[in-house]
Amino acid sequence: MSSDIATSIPREREQPGVERSPWRPFVLQLLGPLTILAGLVWGVAQPYRILILDRDRGGDLYDYVFQGPLLVIFVGLMFTVLVAPGLVSDLAASKDDGPAS
Amino acid sequence: MVPRAETAHWLAASVALFLGLLLISELIVGREVFRRRAWRAYLFPSLVVVSSVFLWLIAIFSTFSTMHLLAHAVWAQAALLAGAVELAVVRGKLRHPSWSLVPAFALLVSGTAFLLHEQNAWLYSRSAFLHHAIGWMLVIVALFPLGRAIQPGRTVWRMGYALTFVLLAVLLYADRDAAPIFGRFGIGGGP
Repeated sequence: MSSDIATSIPREREQPGVERSPWRPFVLQLLGPLTILAGLVWGVAQPYRILILDRDRGGDLYDYVFQGPLLVIFVGLMFTVLVAPGLVSDLAASKDDGPAS
Repeated sequence: MVPRAETAHWLAASVALFLGLLLISELIVGREVFRRRAWRAYLFPSLVVVSSVFLWLIAIFSTFSTMHLLAHAVWAQAALLAGAVELAVVRGKLRHPSWSLVPAFALLVSGTAFLLHEQNAWLYSRSAFLHHAIGWMLVIVALFPLGRAIQPGRTVWRMGYALTFVLLAVLLYADRDAAPIFGRFGIGGGP
Protein backbone atom coordinates (compact mmCIF):
# COMPACT_ATOMS: atom_id res chain seq x y z
CA MET A 1 0.00 0.00 0.00
CA SER A 2 1.30 3.44 -0.90
CA SER A 3 2.00 5.74 2.01
CA ASP A 4 0.27 8.60 0.14
CA ILE A 5 -3.01 6.76 0.18
CA ALA A 6 -2.55 5.59 3.74
CA THR A 7 -2.12 9.13 5.09
CA SER A 8 -4.24 11.34 2.88
CA ILE A 9 -7.59 9.56 3.16
CA PRO A 10 -7.90 9.71 6.97
CA ARG A 11 -6.82 13.37 6.87
CA GLU A 12 -9.74 14.19 4.60
CA ARG A 13 -12.12 12.38 6.90
CA GLU A 14 -10.89 13.79 10.17
CA GLN A 15 -10.77 17.46 9.23
CA PRO A 16 -13.46 18.16 6.68
CA GLY A 17 -14.58 21.49 8.18
CA VAL A 18 -11.22 23.22 8.16
CA GLU A 19 -10.01 21.89 4.83
CA ARG A 20 -13.14 22.92 2.97
CA SER A 21 -13.75 26.32 4.53
CA PRO A 22 -11.55 29.07 3.08
CA TRP A 23 -14.04 31.63 4.39
CA ARG A 24 -13.11 31.00 8.01
CA PRO A 25 -9.96 33.18 8.17
CA PHE A 26 -11.75 35.89 6.22
CA VAL A 27 -14.74 36.00 8.58
CA LEU A 28 -12.41 35.84 11.55
CA GLN A 29 -10.46 38.86 10.31
CA LEU A 30 -13.70 40.73 9.66
CA LEU A 31 -15.10 40.37 13.18
CA GLY A 32 -12.92 43.04 14.76
CA PRO A 33 -13.16 45.64 11.96
CA LEU A 34 -16.93 45.17 11.81
CA THR A 35 -17.12 45.87 15.54
CA ILE A 36 -14.97 48.98 15.09
CA LEU A 37 -17.20 50.05 12.21
CA ALA A 38 -20.27 49.61 14.41
CA GLY A 39 -18.70 51.90 17.01
CA LEU A 40 -17.81 54.48 14.37
CA VAL A 41 -21.32 54.43 12.91
CA TRP A 42 -22.74 54.85 16.41
CA GLY A 43 -20.37 57.75 17.05
CA VAL A 44 -21.42 59.45 13.82
CA ALA A 45 -25.11 58.87 14.55
CA GLN A 46 -24.85 60.21 18.10
CA PRO A 47 -21.83 62.53 18.14
CA TYR A 48 -22.94 64.13 21.41
CA ARG A 49 -21.84 60.93 23.16
CA ILE A 50 -18.22 61.66 22.33
CA LEU A 51 -17.35 64.44 24.74
CA ILE A 52 -13.87 64.90 23.32
CA LEU A 53 -15.53 66.55 20.33
CA ASP A 54 -17.41 68.99 22.55
CA ARG A 55 -15.21 69.85 25.53
CA ASP A 56 -17.23 72.92 26.46
CA ARG A 57 -19.95 70.72 27.93
CA GLY A 58 -17.57 69.54 30.64
CA GLY A 59 -17.77 66.26 32.50
CA ASP A 60 -15.64 63.84 34.46
CA LEU A 61 -13.24 61.14 33.32
CA TYR A 62 -16.05 58.64 32.82
CA ASP A 63 -17.88 61.04 30.49
CA TYR A 64 -14.79 61.47 28.34
CA VAL A 65 -13.45 57.91 28.22
CA PHE A 66 -16.25 55.45 28.93
CA GLN A 67 -18.80 56.33 26.29
CA GLY A 68 -20.56 53.61 24.31
CA PRO A 69 -19.12 54.26 20.83
CA LEU A 70 -15.57 54.58 22.17
CA LEU A 71 -15.93 51.37 24.17
CA VAL A 72 -17.23 49.45 21.15
CA ILE A 73 -14.28 50.69 19.06
CA PHE A 74 -11.91 49.71 21.87
CA VAL A 75 -13.35 46.19 22.09
CA GLY A 76 -13.07 45.81 18.30
CA LEU A 77 -9.46 46.98 18.42
CA MET A 78 -8.59 44.58 21.23
CA PHE A 79 -10.06 41.66 19.32
CA THR A 80 -8.37 42.70 16.08
CA VAL A 81 -4.95 43.14 17.66
CA LEU A 82 -4.86 40.49 20.39
CA VAL A 83 -7.08 37.60 19.33
CA ALA A 84 -7.67 37.47 15.58
CA PRO A 85 -4.05 37.27 14.30
CA GLY A 86 -3.18 34.28 16.48
CA LEU A 87 -6.37 32.50 15.55
CA VAL A 88 -5.77 33.02 11.83
CA SER A 89 -2.21 31.72 12.07
CA ASP A 90 -3.30 28.73 14.16
CA LEU A 91 -6.02 27.99 11.65
CA ALA A 92 -3.47 28.08 8.83
CA ALA A 93 -1.10 25.90 10.87
CA SER A 94 -3.85 23.39 11.50
CA LYS A 95 -4.39 23.10 7.74
CA ASP A 96 -0.68 22.55 7.19
CA ASP A 97 -0.29 20.07 10.03
CA GLY A 98 -3.35 18.02 9.24
CA PRO A 99 -5.36 16.91 12.26
CA ALA A 100 -4.26 18.92 15.27
CA SER A 101 -2.72 16.96 18.07
CA MET B 1 -14.64 57.85 42.36
CA VAL B 2 -17.54 55.47 41.85
CA PRO B 3 -18.93 55.44 38.28
CA ARG B 4 -22.56 56.10 37.62
CA ALA B 5 -24.82 53.10 37.05
CA GLU B 6 -25.01 53.69 33.29
CA THR B 7 -21.20 53.82 33.05
CA ALA B 8 -20.95 50.53 34.94
CA HIS B 9 -23.50 49.05 32.54
CA TRP B 10 -21.53 50.23 29.50
CA LEU B 11 -18.35 48.68 30.90
CA ALA B 12 -20.25 45.45 31.50
CA ALA B 13 -21.53 45.69 27.93
CA SER B 14 -17.95 45.95 26.66
CA VAL B 15 -16.95 42.81 28.55
CA ALA B 16 -20.04 41.02 27.22
CA LEU B 17 -19.24 42.13 23.66
CA PHE B 18 -15.68 40.87 23.95
CA LEU B 19 -16.90 37.55 25.37
CA GLY B 20 -19.36 37.28 22.48
CA LEU B 21 -16.60 37.89 19.93
CA LEU B 22 -14.44 35.25 21.62
CA LEU B 23 -17.22 32.65 21.52
CA ILE B 24 -18.08 33.47 17.90
CA SER B 25 -14.44 33.14 16.89
CA GLU B 26 -14.26 29.80 18.71
CA LEU B 27 -17.26 28.67 16.70
CA ILE B 28 -15.59 29.75 13.46
CA VAL B 29 -12.24 28.05 13.99
CA GLY B 30 -13.42 25.10 16.06
CA ARG B 31 -12.60 24.25 19.65
CA GLU B 32 -9.43 22.35 18.83
CA VAL B 33 -7.78 25.27 17.03
CA PHE B 34 -9.08 27.80 19.54
CA ARG B 35 -7.49 25.93 22.44
CA ARG B 36 -4.11 25.56 20.76
CA ARG B 37 -2.88 28.43 22.90
CA ALA B 38 -3.55 28.04 26.58
CA TRP B 39 -4.13 31.73 27.29
CA ARG B 40 -6.90 31.81 24.69
CA ALA B 41 -8.58 28.74 26.13
CA TYR B 42 -8.58 30.24 29.61
CA LEU B 43 -9.55 33.76 28.52
CA PHE B 44 -13.33 33.29 28.48
CA PRO B 45 -13.69 31.57 31.87
CA SER B 46 -11.12 33.91 33.44
CA LEU B 47 -13.00 36.98 32.22
CA VAL B 48 -16.23 35.56 33.63
CA VAL B 49 -14.58 35.01 37.01
CA VAL B 50 -13.01 38.50 37.00
CA SER B 51 -16.39 39.95 36.04
CA SER B 52 -17.95 38.21 39.01
CA VAL B 53 -15.41 39.93 41.28
CA PHE B 54 -16.40 43.31 39.81
CA LEU B 55 -20.04 42.37 40.26
CA TRP B 56 -19.28 41.92 43.95
CA LEU B 57 -17.83 45.44 43.98
CA ILE B 58 -20.97 46.71 42.30
CA ALA B 59 -23.03 44.86 44.90
CA ILE B 60 -21.11 46.74 47.58
CA PHE B 61 -21.38 50.20 46.04
CA SER B 62 -24.79 49.96 44.39
CA THR B 63 -26.98 50.31 47.42
CA PHE B 64 -30.13 51.84 45.98
CA SER B 65 -32.24 49.26 47.74
CA THR B 66 -32.08 45.87 49.37
CA MET B 67 -33.44 44.37 46.15
CA HIS B 68 -30.55 45.87 44.19
CA LEU B 69 -28.06 44.54 46.73
CA LEU B 70 -29.55 41.05 46.57
CA ALA B 71 -29.81 41.06 42.77
CA HIS B 72 -26.20 42.14 42.27
CA ALA B 73 -25.02 39.58 44.81
CA VAL B 74 -26.98 36.85 43.00
CA TRP B 75 -25.41 37.84 39.66
CA ALA B 76 -21.96 37.83 41.21
CA GLN B 77 -22.48 34.36 42.64
CA ALA B 78 -24.00 33.05 39.41
CA ALA B 79 -21.13 34.45 37.31
CA LEU B 80 -18.54 33.08 39.74
CA LEU B 81 -20.12 29.64 39.65
CA ALA B 82 -20.42 29.61 35.85
CA GLY B 83 -16.86 30.89 35.42
CA ALA B 84 -15.46 28.33 37.83
CA VAL B 85 -17.19 25.48 36.02
CA GLU B 86 -16.00 26.78 32.61
CA LEU B 87 -12.46 26.96 34.01
CA ALA B 88 -12.68 23.37 35.21
CA VAL B 89 -14.04 22.28 31.81
CA VAL B 90 -11.16 23.96 29.97
CA ARG B 91 -8.70 22.49 32.46
CA GLY B 92 -10.15 19.04 31.79
CA LYS B 93 -11.30 18.45 35.35
CA LEU B 94 -14.93 18.33 34.28
CA ARG B 95 -15.76 16.48 31.07
CA HIS B 96 -19.42 15.57 31.04
CA PRO B 97 -21.61 17.77 28.80
CA SER B 98 -24.18 18.06 31.56
CA TRP B 99 -21.90 20.63 33.24
CA SER B 100 -23.41 23.05 30.74
CA LEU B 101 -26.42 22.99 33.01
CA VAL B 102 -24.48 25.27 35.36
CA PRO B 103 -24.25 28.23 32.91
CA ALA B 104 -27.89 27.55 32.05
CA PHE B 105 -28.77 27.79 35.73
CA ALA B 106 -26.64 30.95 36.07
CA LEU B 107 -28.43 32.62 33.16
CA LEU B 108 -31.83 31.61 34.51
CA VAL B 109 -31.04 32.91 37.98
CA SER B 110 -29.57 36.14 36.58
CA GLY B 111 -32.64 36.72 34.41
CA THR B 112 -34.97 36.08 37.31
CA ALA B 113 -32.98 38.49 39.48
CA PHE B 114 -33.25 41.15 36.75
CA LEU B 115 -37.01 40.72 36.61
CA LEU B 116 -37.54 40.63 40.36
CA HIS B 117 -35.45 43.65 41.28
CA GLU B 118 -37.04 45.96 38.69
CA GLN B 119 -40.05 47.30 40.51
CA ASN B 120 -41.33 49.63 37.79
CA ALA B 121 -43.41 48.61 34.78
CA TRP B 122 -41.94 48.04 31.31
CA LEU B 123 -42.74 51.53 29.99
CA TYR B 124 -41.76 53.53 33.09
CA SER B 125 -38.31 54.48 31.75
CA ARG B 126 -35.56 53.17 29.54
CA SER B 127 -33.82 51.61 32.52
CA ALA B 128 -37.00 49.78 33.53
CA PHE B 129 -37.64 48.71 29.95
CA LEU B 130 -34.13 47.33 29.60
CA HIS B 131 -34.26 45.51 32.94
CA HIS B 132 -37.41 43.72 31.80
CA ALA B 133 -35.99 43.05 28.32
CA ILE B 134 -32.66 41.74 29.64
CA GLY B 135 -34.38 39.69 32.32
CA TRP B 136 -36.64 37.87 29.87
CA MET B 137 -33.82 37.55 27.38
CA LEU B 138 -31.61 35.83 29.95
CA VAL B 139 -34.42 33.51 30.99
CA ILE B 140 -35.02 32.49 27.36
CA VAL B 141 -31.37 32.14 26.33
CA ALA B 142 -30.78 29.78 29.26
CA LEU B 143 -32.15 27.27 26.75
CA PHE B 144 -28.89 27.44 24.77
CA PRO B 145 -26.54 25.99 27.39
CA LEU B 146 -29.38 23.66 28.37
CA GLY B 147 -29.52 22.45 24.78
CA ARG B 148 -25.74 22.12 24.76
CA ALA B 149 -25.97 19.84 27.78
CA ILE B 150 -28.52 17.63 26.04
CA GLN B 151 -27.10 17.78 22.51
CA PRO B 152 -23.44 18.81 22.86
CA GLY B 153 -22.67 18.29 19.18
CA ARG B 154 -25.20 20.75 17.76
CA THR B 155 -23.75 24.07 16.63
CA VAL B 156 -27.00 25.95 17.07
CA TRP B 157 -26.74 25.86 20.88
CA ARG B 158 -23.17 27.18 20.87
CA MET B 159 -24.06 29.85 18.31
CA GLY B 160 -27.04 30.91 20.41
CA TYR B 161 -24.85 31.04 23.51
CA ALA B 162 -22.29 33.22 21.70
CA LEU B 163 -24.91 35.60 20.31
CA THR B 164 -26.44 35.86 23.77
CA PHE B 165 -23.44 37.92 24.89
CA VAL B 166 -23.63 40.19 21.83
CA LEU B 167 -27.33 40.83 22.40
CA LEU B 168 -26.70 41.43 26.10
CA ALA B 169 -24.02 43.97 25.14
CA VAL B 170 -26.42 45.81 22.81
CA LEU B 171 -29.06 46.05 25.52
CA LEU B 172 -26.57 47.16 28.17
CA TYR B 173 -25.09 49.81 25.86
CA ALA B 174 -28.61 51.21 25.46
CA ASP B 175 -28.92 51.80 29.19
CA ARG B 176 -29.27 55.32 30.57
CA ASP B 177 -29.74 56.40 34.16
CA ALA B 178 -32.63 58.70 33.31
CA ALA B 179 -34.19 58.72 29.86
CA PRO B 180 -37.44 58.01 28.05
CA ILE B 181 -37.47 54.59 26.42
CA PHE B 182 -36.72 55.93 22.96
CA GLY B 183 -35.34 59.24 24.13
CA ARG B 184 -34.61 60.96 20.85
CA PHE B 185 -38.12 60.33 19.61
CA GLY B 186 -39.80 61.35 22.84
CA ILE B 187 -41.52 57.99 23.14
CA GLY B 188 -42.07 56.28 26.47
CA GLY B 189 -42.04 57.49 30.03
CA GLY B 190 -38.96 58.49 31.94
CA PRO B 191 -38.27 60.49 35.05
